[in-house]
Amino acid sequence: MSLNRKDLLGLEHLDKKDLQLILDSVKPFKDLFTRSVKKAPTLIGKTVVTLFYEPSTRTRTSFEIAAKRLSADVVNLTVSASSVVKGESLIDTGKTLEAMKADYVIIRHSLSGTPDILARNLNASIINAGDGFHEHPTQGLLDLYTMYEKKKTLEGLRVLLVGDILHSRVAKSNIWALTKMGAKVSVAGPPTLIPDKIEELGVKVYYDLDEAIKEADVVNILRIQLERQQENLFPSVREYVELYQLTKERLAKAKSGVMIMHPGPMNRGVEISSDVADSPNAVIYEQVTNGIAVRMAVLYLLKPNNKGKK
Amino acid sequence: MSEIILDSNGFQKAVETLSKDIFEKNKNIADIAVVGIQHKGVCVAKRLLAGLAKLAAIDERDIPFGTLDITLYRDDLDNFGADMPVIKDTLIPFDISKKKIILVDDVLYTGRTVRAALDVLMHFGRPKCIQLAVLIDRGHRELPIEAGYTGFKSVIDGKVKVECKEMDGQDRVIIL
Repeated sequence: MSLNRKDLLGLEHLDKKDLQLILDSVKPFKDLFTRSVKKAPTLIGKTVVTLFYEPSTRTRTSFEIAAKRLSADVVNLTVSASSVVKGESLIDTGKTLEAMKADYVIIRHSLSGTPDILARNLNASIINAGDGFHEHPTQGLLDLYTMYEKKKTLEGLRVLLVGDILHSRVAKSNIWALTKMGAKVSVAGPPTLIPDKIEELGVKVYYDLDEAIKEADVVNILRIQLERQQENLFPSVREYVELYQLTKERLAKAKSGVMIMHPGPMNRGVEISSDVADSPNAVIYEQVTNGIAVRMAVLYLLKPNNKGKK
Repeated sequence: MSEIILDSNGFQKAVETLSKDIFEKNKNIADIAVVGIQHKGVCVAKRLLAGLAKLAAIDERDIPFGTLDITLYRDDLDNFGADMPVIKDTLIPFDISKKKIILVDDVLYTGRTVRAALDVLMHFGRPKCIQLAVLIDRGHRELPIEAGYTGFKSVIDGKVKVECKEMDGQDRVIIL
């Protein structure tokens, strides 16, 4: 059972076999949550550093809990408190962490490709926790697992991503992974927020959510970053709400068992109405629980060891 | 060449002896739960479960049964290279507190598997006691762990392979 890599930088470069391996590895970790001691000694003596150049609560917390449940030591670095403000380069920061014997570095950065630079320069396992508009592979994997767990197969599953596809790394990771697993992916959103030529990834584009939602088995709603309005990418929040908010009325047009997902944090009343977020179709909190199990599986599969890599 | 140390008959007899010994020491069957260590220990555990149920004249579904995988608790995970072991199910669908756990494995060798299995069980709660039953004790212990019940005991240098009907089509134990 091997991913044959030291880092998890994105889902674009994993093949179907790798993705299936990860999906199949999650359950034993999720089972740990039901025990009176929710912890195993698997990564005892290993050090996990979270290096976040962008604010994040849930992803960082999720990684921290995942690592702690496997008995690793966790150190959290946030940008404002680190030497970055003193002008240290990314690679120097990475080398410093390595000199402190970090086994894993989990990085979030606003520039696409940053985790890749670290991965090429360090022996530690690098896990991308979101880079620019590029990828957020563990979010993609937890979305994938949540669908797989509920729907049993991803082959032929119709998944609709709604909202700001252009700036969303969650959308990119979802699209790469879902299309490889044989799901039928479509996207819906304002034309200004849909990337050019996205059809080339095997994705169907809708501008009309009411039309798009009819066929979907799963609707994954992306967070609208309100600052995009200042960039004139959509005219007003009110118009966005009018056209693209997932409301009870729109949900009624979908299949009855449609699964509603959101990577969080939600803007209730913007991309999703409160009653939909709290409806039985929503699996938003299950995504959070699965996120920990998926990240545990990733840490396990990338475990540093004495053979092969250092 | 592989040497057969237990054939189908011998396997069956060993299981019967184990069941009898366990029952002898644990007459109050209501206290007992059986837990098999993945992978082949589960197979042996199921046989013991059936044996115990027969001796106590109850339905085997009335004896709590679980399976346990030790992978996340191994002491040698650093030696696997990139190829990490596959984790099998740990299913313990009952409260282990106040139970007498019969922990079952196919082969007792270094004792490291049992050490890990004890840790897994302790993470589920506080059992009244844990008793170890193994089909084969092949010697070469590296930890101070001994079985309470043994089907066949001998110091064996080669690799011991337990085969059982449910997984391999036949019951036997061979030295590879």
